[in-house]
Amino acid sequence: MLIASALLVLLMLFAFAVVAGRRDWSHGIVYAGCFVASMALLSAGIEHLGHRDSAPSVVLPFGLPWLKAHFRIDNLSAFFMLVVNLSAAAASAFAVGYSEHLPERARVTPFYPLFLFGMNAVLVADDAFVFLVAWEFMSLASWLLVLSDHEKAENRKAGMVYLTMAAFGTFCLLPCFGLLAGPGGDYTFAAMRLKELGEVPGALVILLVVLGTGSKAGLVPLHAWLPLAHPAAPSHVSALMSGVMTKVALYGMVRVLFDLHGEVGWQWGAGIMVAGGITAVMGVLYAVMQDDMKRLLAYSTVENIGVVVIGLGLAIAFKADGERNLAALALVAALYHVLNHSIFKTLLFMGAGAVMSATGERSLGALGGLLKRMPWTGAAFLVGAAAISALPPLNGFVSEWLVLQALFKGPAMPHWAMKFGVPVVGAFLALAAALAATCFVRAYGIAFLGRPRSAAAARAVDVSFGMKGAMAVLAALCVFLGVVPVTVTNALSHVVEPLTGVSFAVSADLGWPWLSPVSSTRGSYSATVLVMVGLAMFGAAIVLVHRIGTRAIRAADAWDCGHAEDIPETQYTAQSFAQPLRRAFGATIFRARETVEMPEPGDDSPARHRVHMIDPVWTYLYEGIGKAVDALADLVNRLQYLTVRGYLLMMFGTLVLFLLVVAARQP
Amino acid sequence: MLQQFSYDLAHLIGATVLMAGFGMLYQRRIFAVLNTFAFQAFALAAAAAWQAHVQHAPHLYATAAIALVFKALLVPFALHWLVERLGIHRTVETALSIGWTMIVGVALVALSILLVLPVTAKAAALTRESLALAMSVVLLGMLMMITRRNAVTQVVGFMALENGLILAAVSAKGMPLVVEISIAFSVLVAMTLFGIFFFRIRERFDTLDLHYLETYRGDRS
Amino acid sequence: MNSVIWQLVQIVLVVATAPLVTGYVRWVKARLQGRRGPAPWQPYRDLYRLLQKEAIVAHSASWIFRTAPYVTFASVWLAAAMVPTFTTNMFLAPAADLIALVALLAVGRFWTALAGMDVGTAFGGLGASREMLIASLAEPAMLMVSFSLSLVSGTTAPAQIVAFVLSGNVGIEVSLGLAMAALVMVAIAENGRIPIDNPATHLELTMVHEAMVLEYSGRHLAMIEVAAMVRLTLFIALIGCLFAPWGMAQPGGGPVGIMVGMGAFVAKSFVLATALAWFETAIAKMRVFRYADFLGGALLLGLLATIFLYVSEAV
Repeated sequence: MLIASALLVLLMLFAFAVVAGRRDWSHGIVYAGCFVASMALLSAGIEHLGHRDSAPSVVLPFGLPWLKAHFRIDNLSAFFMLVVNLSAAAASAFAVGYSEHLPERARVTPFYPLFLFGMNAVLVADDAFVFLVAWEFMSLASWLLVLSDHEKAENRKAGMVYLTMAAFGTFCLLPCFGLLAGPGGDYTFAAMRLKELGEVPGALVILLVVLGTGSKAGLVPLHAWLPLAHPAAPSHVSALMSGVMTKVALYGMVRVLFDLHGEVGWQWGAGIMVAGGITAVMGVLYAVMQDDMKRLLAYSTVENIGVVVIGLGLAIAFKADGERNLAALALVAALYHVLNHSIFKTLLFMGAGAVMSATGERSLGALGGLLKRMPWTGAAFLVGAAAISALPPLNGFVSEWLVLQALFKGPAMPHWAMKFGVPVVGAFLALAAALAATCFVRAYGIAFLGRPRSAAAARAVDVSFGMKGAMAVLAALCVFLGVVPVTVTNALSHVVEPLTGVSFAVSADLGWPWLSPVSSTRGSYSATVLVMVGLAMFGAAIVLVHRIGTRAIRAADAWDCGHAEDIPETQYTAQSFAQPLRRAFGATIFRARETVEMPEPGDDSPARHRVHMIDPVWTYLYEGIGKAVDALADLVNRLQYLTVRGYLLMMFGTLVLFLLVVAARQP
Repeated sequence: MLQQFSYDLAHLIGATVLMAGFGMLYQRRIFAVLNTFAFQAFALAAAAAWQAHVQHAPHLYATAAIALVFKALLVPFALHWLVERLGIHRTVETALSIGWTMIVGVALVALSILLVLPVTAKAAALTRESLALAMSVVLLGMLMMITRRNAVTQVVGFMALENGLILAAVSAKGMPLVVEISIAFSVLVAMTLFGIFFFRIRERFDTLDLHYLETYRGDRS
Repeated sequence: MNSVIWQLVQIVLVVATAPLVTGYVRWVKARLQGRRGPAPWQPYRDLYRLLQKEAIVAHSASWIFRTAPYVTFASVWLAAAMVPTFTTNMFLAPAADLIALVALLAVGRFWTALAGMDVGTAFGGLGASREMLIASLAEPAMLMVSFSLSLVSGTTAPAQIVAFVLSGNVGIEVSLGLAMAALVMVAIAENGRIPIDNPATHLELTMVHEAMVLEYSGRHLAMIEVAAMVRLTLFIALIGCLFAPWGMAQPGGGPVGIMVGMGAFVAKSFVLATALAWFETAIAKMRVFRYADFLGGALLLGLLATIFLYVSEAV
């Protein structure tokens, strides 16, 4: 009931924003309304998570004539509802202040509630029809938001690529649900659960759902639209697209692979896990080379999706092998990372938005020294950066730790592919985590530390109270979910119980503050204890040092080995920071080449140091597909200029072919 | 207990041979490659001697001696001398960067484990483990020959491959001495051949880098 | 109750002995290089001297610069408190396993790297960039070591690994050898020793860690230095604990066990520190762009260690 009314409110807000969009005061009302609706949906999700049973399906008499719309909320959708609306509430609160600075806000505000509506409707859908319609709502609303600033050519390109990929995703999901449909074209999820899929249709369903939802979530190599589209939208929308919409896509994947599809073989789990590993490493390698703050964050989303997908693949493989406890562990780890990533990625995008509204810049090369000028944003961004770098005691580390614990049990599976694949994926995951730390040291160090690299950065002032508040709440959540992870893991064990068939406690036998997923001797972690002891040590260090030594402090110029200069250009830049990594990793993967152009003696033009890189996915995959499509189009084009006789010949040929097929298929 | 120990030690020496194979792939200077090769041959001699002791097969001591004298001492010295004498470029020239070569190397080790294990499921653990190791060494030798441009490193790769064969031979019980001698001789013959080959190349092209036979593409750092 | 006492002893012990270990390494190196060298306890005097000096902070520095030394020190100290040195009977042992240990070290590094960039100088950025390059390969290598150890022993907790090895179920495994080699390489990199970094130099082209902390002085520098010393002790203890746990006291070992454990720890530290000094004297520093090969090698060794477990029947 609460959910239905909140969804209705979102639709009404859309209508209101369309009507009143010209009035300045209307935007605040719309965002405030979105905040209220999100909070309502959030509380509905949390409330539902407490229950074990799932509510019955609600049937509403609209949609196609022979098909009524089915809605239902179970633990899985309740959890994702929490994920979506937690970030949505924060983003809405942030947007009240943020949207005042947006030049194109009249084109943003109406579609924002529609976008929220679409995402929530996907979660409560209980038949394929509602699911797909809601999915398209989500896609198209976000597409319009991406295009809100359509004056820029790059945004138009992003919109084009996004639309193509969204169409591709739906194109995959449609036949997927078609294959899943129950007897007599029954498209309800309940009918799908009962259906026995044959071998080939079963495999097709898995392939199609991985492609369809993977293209939305940003699995490599289907990620290409994501770093273009996410940064193009206004920051509060980018936050939701990156932090939340990718999660809705993962919800689709989990729903089909763990719930609707009866049996998924371990081979699929292995394949999905490897895809996740590649996604994680590629995503972070892209991220660490980016100069644009929002694009960096978008690529880092790709990485985190990879981490989640590793967990999902592992859970599928464990489940297929009957290791239900381990499957539950891997799934809990993946879902925990879903929640964590949605929180810190929303926070980081808001930070980037705050920086943009304060300086008008999102290129790292024009920032610097912002921590002193924007202390609140700087502190919140620091928490987000540390959390996404998987540093204890924050939440990112807990989920990475759980994924690693599940991975370390992977070789227990009897298949050679898993025995060899799991260590390799483990190495990928570890590499991705370490590179993520590098990536965010670079982003934070260049943007918030050092000296300002542009006049705009030097003039920056911190943002309004509401924006700071939204970021502070999310930062506090990062700490809370990291220090007291048991609260979430217990709730998650309810979520995974129907999916894996076991009730599973992550803090098995050591009790409350300890995470010990397998057994107490298998390895355990307690952020609560670590934080208490660590804080004591931190305090002891300060007290002891000040007791023994002097407290004197003197402000002076930087030393820098004697050649400190007052020019900010002498600092390390984002590009120079990435150079060792570019040499180590980029030379082969991105074919990074550096060239130096030295002017002739006597020529006063500047010397230039250029970096050339290619994007292997674009160069090898998409351009290849593009060429193939062009060639095919050329071929088809010729059909337009045939003679009448030629057309008749083709029709005749087709007819004969059909007859032959019919003849051949006769018993 | 003693059985376990002899098994573990053989295993360890075999792994040392394999690690030396990786060490060769890692090196950037020719002399370092030669030293690593000498070390590998030395480890091989130790493996043969240990097997001789464990299996009570005195002829394996001969194998050990051959490996020690020829491969660990004579051949590296000869190649040292050649490199100095001919003034060959002292850095290893790679066709595939060192990092990627090592990644491929690890993949090859995984492959040989994967191949050997199901085949020898019933064999004694000692045999199958040694076979997996030996096969990895052989494959690494081949990899070395493929990915390193300079002729000297290719010779070394070839001999590393031979080392792998001998490692396989000593760990399988009851292999007659004749084979080892013939292997050892074939190495010597190959050495001589390559030596002559070097001189010929030098006469013709004034360089030993096979790469100069193709177009110049530039070294990657 | 005992476990709390031994935990406190351990916490004090790692900080108290860390300067001595570093001083000893320097002393042995000096002797090997034909110098007399300062006495092994010189680092205590240095630290005391630094504590008495005023700290100089650049105008452009923010609060990150001032808190980083303490955060770094506390995180490394916390990590060191988790590694069993003389006994596994420690209160905090279950709070962090090997994965968490790696991450705790990463916390210190994260803050030091940020502090390096905080002042806005070329050297700080250079050091931070290189340090993060090293870390981005060393950290996964260490995780792979944990992976193979967890496959052998069925656990990622150091104390449990010690118990497993001491129970005598492990022979001389090739995998353990490979894992140890990988861990040694990581330890060299993480501690900024030759051939990755030179702790004794302030030559701009060769320094990594020293470049990052170039702006520090006084008590801040003292904290950074102690953190580096504790990190060295930590890695020595870690290598000793994972690959040579002999003599370590187990729960219920009694005071004799503790005494034996202490003695064994001193002996192990002595051997490893001497080996480090000898190794550093014998080898030359490598170019920055070979780091990736060296540490990538460590990562691959870790991976090989895991793969090799399938050959021997350990799994």
